[in-house]
Amino acid sequence: MFATEFEYKKANSVSEAIQLLSNDADAKLMAGGHSLIPLMKLRLARPGTVIDIGGIAELQGITANNGILRIGALTTHAQLAESPLVRDSARILWETAYGIGDPQVRNRGTIGGNVSHADPASDLPTVLVAMDAKFTIQGQGGITRRGSRTVAAADFFTGAFSTVLAENEILTAIEMPVLAANQHSEYAKMAHPATSYAVVGAAAVVTMDGNTCTVARVAVGGLTPSPVRGQSVEQALVGQELNAETIAAAANLIDNDLGSDIIGDIFASAEYRRAMAAIELKHAIFHATGLAHH
Amino acid sequence: MTTRIFGSGIRRREDPRLITGGATYTDDVKLPGMAFAAILRSPHAHAKINSIDTSAAAAAPGVVAVYTGADTDGVLNPIPCAWIPPDSDVKAVDHPALAKDVVRYQGDAVAVVVAENRYQAEDALELIKVDYSILPAVVNPEAAMQPGAPQLHEDAPNNQAFHWVAAGGDTDAAFASADVIVKDTIVHQRLIPNAMEPRSAVATWTESMGELTLWSTSQNPHICRFLASLVTGVAEHKIRVIATEVGGGFGSKIPVYADEMITSFCSMQLGRPVKWTATRSEGFQATIHGRDHVEHVEMAATREGKITAVRSVIYAGMGAYLSTAGPGVPTILHGLMYCGPYDIAATKADIYGVFSNATPVDAYRGAGRPEATFLVERLVDLLAVELGIDPVELRRKNLIPKFEDGHDVASGITYDSGDYEPILNMVLGHVDYQALRQEQARMREHGEYMGIGVTCYSEICGLGPSQVAGAVGFGGGLWESAIVRFHPTGKVNVYTGVSPHGQGEETTFAQIVSDELGVDVDDVGIVHGDTSNTPMGWGTYGSRTTAVGAAALVLAVRKVKEKARLLAAHLLEAAEADVEYADGKFFVKGSPDQSKTIQEMATMANVAWNMPEGMEPGLEASAFYDPPNFVYPFGAHVAVVHVDPDNGHIEVKRYVAGDDCGPQINPMIVEGQVHGGVVQGAGQVLWEGAVYDDNGQLLTGSMTDYALPRAHMFPNIETLFTVTPSPHNPLGVKGIGETGAIASTATIYNAVMDALRPLGVTGIDMPLTPEKVWQAIREKQGS
Repeated sequence: MFATEFEYKKANSVSEAIQLLSNDADAKLMAGGHSLIPLMKLRLARPGTVIDIGGIAELQGITANNGILRIGALTTHAQLAESPLVRDSARILWETAYGIGDPQVRNRGTIGGNVSHADPASDLPTVLVAMDAKFTIQGQGGITRRGSRTVAAADFFTGAFSTVLAENEILTAIEMPVLAANQHSEYAKMAHPATSYAVVGAAAVVTMDGNTCTVARVAVGGLTPSPVRGQSVEQALVGQELNAETIAAAANLIDNDLGSDIIGDIFASAEYRRAMAAIELKHAIFHATGLAHH
Repeated sequence: MTTRIFGSGIRRREDPRLITGGATYTDDVKLPGMAFAAILRSPHAHAKINSIDTSAAAAAPGVVAVYTGADTDGVLNPIPCAWIPPDSDVKAVDHPALAKDVVRYQGDAVAVVVAENRYQAEDALELIKVDYSILPAVVNPEAAMQPGAPQLHEDAPNNQAFHWVAAGGDTDAAFASADVIVKDTIVHQRLIPNAMEPRSAVATWTESMGELTLWSTSQNPHICRFLASLVTGVAEHKIRVIATEVGGGFGSKIPVYADEMITSFCSMQLGRPVKWTATRSEGFQATIHGRDHVEHVEMAATREGKITAVRSVIYAGMGAYLSTAGPGVPTILHGLMYCGPYDIAATKADIYGVFSNATPVDAYRGAGRPEATFLVERLVDLLAVELGIDPVELRRKNLIPKFEDGHDVASGITYDSGDYEPILNMVLGHVDYQALRQEQARMREHGEYMGIGVTCYSEICGLGPSQVAGAVGFGGGLWESAIVRFHPTGKVNVYTGVSPHGQGEETTFAQIVSDELGVDVDDVGIVHGDTSNTPMGWGTYGSRTTAVGAAALVLAVRKVKEKARLLAAHLLEAAEADVEYADGKFFVKGSPDQSKTIQEMATMANVAWNMPEGMEPGLEASAFYDPPNFVYPFGAHVAVVHVDPDNGHIEVKRYVAGDDCGPQINPMIVEGQVHGGVVQGAGQVLWEGAVYDDNGQLLTGSMTDYALPRAHMFPNIETLFTVTPSPHNPLGVKGIGETGAIASTATIYNAVMDALRPLGVTGIDMPLTPEKVWQAIREKQGS
């Protein structure tokens, strides 16, 4: 519970943070600190330098323009959960943010820190994959020069606690299309009783024409090293009139998309999690479409 | 007459300081020149220590000293076990505070670093090099007794710590002639107590006085002083233990641990104050665990459903060493309670205490009685299924009829008072049991699985008569004492030997004094937890604080009142026999206007200007109370659960606790105790459990893996009460601190098994995680 000695540096801008990162191979960025600090206290992480980016104004802010919701990387879970803009633009994100951790975690933890940490059991990565979010990443070279890139959520996560972020890059913002009135979304999870982290999490975003699904984006996480897009499920949903039978039949196809790398632990085996993926996804789609599932 | 303060649900006076950060816990104590200790713990469950190199740690910045087991030779005595059940061949193996040649569980203390600050101490720990030869380990207590199992202690062949048998009635004959026998194997997994406040100690040795002051997170500072004297060699009158503010214990702060003694040792070596506070990780590894039983149990009955006998063979894990009260838990507090509230003519408990390579086990809320209730109530439900009798009807058929002054049960103990059917009827009426069964039948038709668990219990608490304590091998007494002192202004202090740490006795004890003496409740202060200013007492555990401590208090209060009455008679110039008391006033019989308040008597007694011939000054009394018997609270609980067969998820829909703890001093506090206990018991069924791997590595060593109950996981708890006074207690009160945990584990478990009955599932090891339930259902469907 007592971290090893480290140097603390506060960055006042993204470029300063990148500079500090580039100068120190043993440095770690800290936004809200809710992933990094616990690891440091358990001495599982021992960075020589902690670069605090928590006060950088340009990483703040939630806006919606031209059908794109833009969320600054330092936006806290509480800010997401309290934002009418997020509620009206990306309901699934709004609801999921409210279910993360407890008030202290939501008040300190940030969306950027969360996804950069890439914990397989985290909720937001799965939701952002289903929302087809784009991650804006800033590297060395400054904001006006080439050094900025955009990566799709599905490509951002490369494994457990692993992303495409290079050592001197910072995630600055997350963008996603604003959901239209006929687009419905829901995140369902089996939560670990100790932490409320996802044992299995499932996100569904469906576009409806009457009772018929025209577009579907689904993803599952928690059971895989990084979120998995459920393409077999999506194909089965599109063109279907959604009801108990069609949803269950489609959700069951998630098994085809999962691959063989399934997480298992003392609470829930890989076999069990695999079986639960379809069930949680079924719940997510049912709730997204407003159908009662019993 | 105004509303009685006794029986009034006034708010807890403790809470403002506790919830605003105003309390001074042990870790808040800061002394001039204080150094900080950090303890190196074995990463292995079982290993030989070949060598320890502390040189780098000793040279690290800020390090004051590094000690290993060798440094304690001849200075620190082994950590004692204080409960040795007689006729059980207990192997009280050596438990060095710092391991010497062998480590026996992951978390065993190996070395201690003392540094100027805590970070330096933690950094230096990493520099200690220990060369271990890893030995094979065993964790499961039944496995530990099998031939070929790794051996922990030379003095304890087959890892047998003790073998204790309690039998009453002719069990063998009952089983031989039984119409029906039901059997089960029950595993009570290890539970990790997790009080909110971690354990902590601040020791300061005053060389010039030869005195040791120890702030310690203890439920029983006087026992702590007693045992600290044995371990450190400092005479008892030269030790002061302070435990005034303790943030929860649930039994885990009864024991005297190695860590607190190591901290004392460091201070004595260095002549400066030393603080040690457990990290949460250390709490998981090196604070006692609870339960750890592997039980083979059976019940005999007639075809009509008359239960004739219960017997068990139990392997009770003790962990690597015997903790302070460890051996008493599965024996005295468990094996004597196989009748529960039922009239059963023969019971036999055959208990093996077993060493294994895991954290020592000791009392944890309920301590032996949750296991006893579970054993009986599980078997009753199995019997009901076997006989095709409704489980409630079967229970009713076997309940002991009402008794007001003693009832002997087969195990040889005598229940004090009981009236079991009214509380059962009350909870059944409250939930409308028949309607619930109909709803269950309807839901089953739709493939939905609702389960109903109904449990009756009787438990033993209010520990207890000292003569019994001696007879059952408890290394101390179990009486309590109190001093009641009136100050000149009419305000009162109570000094008590019990040591509340969350239970609310600062409030309830003040209510008792206020009720008896007519002083305002806010004019009564309760002093506890410091051996330098409280009278001897044996502490707070076993739901004894009110049953024993408050009994001592009320006896002292009544002595004070009588002295004040005699003084009033003197001042009123009335015959002593003519002076009566009511509502805080002494008055001459028939002339209520001729009166003196108790406060006036307090003033006069303190100034002593006009005292009767021969009466000592002061208005103060002390009393000692040794209970003639234990107390036996009882009740009936109901749980309603839904099980989702798709994912194995269990939802507790309703929980109704019907309890009888005699007269209630503060019903709000009683309810709070029930709530906490019920949820703690639910934790065992649904979420909690220490998991070790085959090498004795604790896999649930943090809050991220070990699931504690949270408010959103459980429904509102509905509480109902009957009131059956104890015949032998001056207030009639019984204990309520553990009843929830004693009843709820069995109640919820039975409800889940009731839900799963149509699916063919009859038993699942706790905790009932979704996967285990799902797998059990799948196995039955596949078969």
